[in-house]
Amino acid sequence: MIRNSTITRSVISYSIGFILSIILTLLAYAIVVHDVFKDFWSPMAIILILSILASIQLIVQLIFFLHLGNETNPRWKLLSFIFALIILIIIVAGSLWIMFDLNSRMMMSTEDMIKYMNRQTGL
Amino acid sequence: MTTTRLDTAATQKHASDDKSQLGFWIYLMTDCILFGSLFATYIVLHNNTFGGPSGNDIFEMPAVLVETLLLLTSSFTCGLAMIAMRQRSKKFSLFWLGFTFLLGLAFLIMELTEFNLLISEGYSWQRSGFLSAFFTLVGTHGLHITIGLLWLLVMGWKLFKHGLTAPTVRRFNLFSMFWHFLDIIWIFIFTFVYLMGVL
Repeated sequence: MIRNSTITRSVISYSIGFILSIILTLLAYAIVVHDVFKDFWSPMAIILILSILASIQLIVQLIFFLHLGNETNPRWKLLSFIFALIILIIIVAGSLWIMFDLNSRMMMSTEDMIKYMNRQTGL
Repeated sequence: MTTTRLDTAATQKHASDDKSQLGFWIYLMTDCILFGSLFATYIVLHNNTFGGPSGNDIFEMPAVLVETLLLLTSSFTCGLAMIAMRQRSKKFSLFWLGFTFLLGLAFLIMELTEFNLLISEGYSWQRSGFLSAFFTLVGTHGLHITIGLLWLLVMGWKLFKHGLTAPTVRRFNLFSMFWHFLDIIWIFIFTFVYLMGVL
C-alpha cells in the first residue's frame, strides 16, 4: 500500500497539469478565433505567441503528466529527450531553411514557374 | 528482516520497470522524430493548395477545440487510472480506463467524421499538396490513437480477467506514457495546423 499523502500529491499534480493545459489551450484558441489581439499584433507576433503557448503546454505536460522532473539520477529520460529535441530541431529547422530558401531563390508564382519550366524544356 | 528482503525485491522490480519504461521512452522519442518530419513536410506544403481549399476554408474550429479538450481530458483520466492502480484499486482503475477509452473513441470518431466530410466534398489527399500533407500528419496521429485504443481494450480485458498483476500494471504504465505522448503531439497539430491554418 502506498501512503495516502503520496496519492493525494499525485492527484493534485495531475489536476494542476490538466487545469494549466486547459487554460493554455483556451487562451491560444481565443487569440486566434476571437481575434483578441488582432488590432495591435501582427500575424507574425501571433504565430510567435502561439508557438510559445504550445511550448509551455509541452513543458507542463512533460512535468505533470510524464513526470520528467522527478526522475532519479542518472536522468536517462531527460537526456534522451534533449537528444531527440536536438535531432528534431535539425530536421525541422533544416528542412524549412532549405525549402524556403529554394522558394525564395525561384521568386516566382506558379504561373511564372510553369512558363519557366516550359521554356526550359523547349515547349 | 522481512522488510529488508521485501525492500530488495521491490527495488529489483522497480529497476526492471524503470528499464522497460526507458526503452519505451526511447521509442517515443523516435516517434517524435517521425512526427517532426511530417510537421516539416506540412509546413513546407501548407501553401500549395493548387487552386483547392486552404486551411481557412475547411477547418471547423469549434469541433477541433472539442477534439482537443476530449483528448486532453482522456490524458488526465488515464493519469487518474494510473493513480488508482498504484492504490491497488481494480474497480477505480477500470472505471478511469473506461472513461479514457470512451473519450479517445469520441475523439477518433470526430476526426473520422471530419475526414469523411472533407473527402465527400472532394477535398481528399489527392486534391493538393496541402491536403496530402494534412491527411498524412493528422492521419498518422489518428492511427496512433487507434492503436492506443486497441491496446487499451486488450489490456483492459486482461485487467478485468486477471486483476492487477505485475505485468499488467507495468504495461499500463507504458500505455499511459504513450497516451500522454499522443496528447502532446496533438497540441502541436492543434497549434501549427489548425490555429495557424485559420489565422
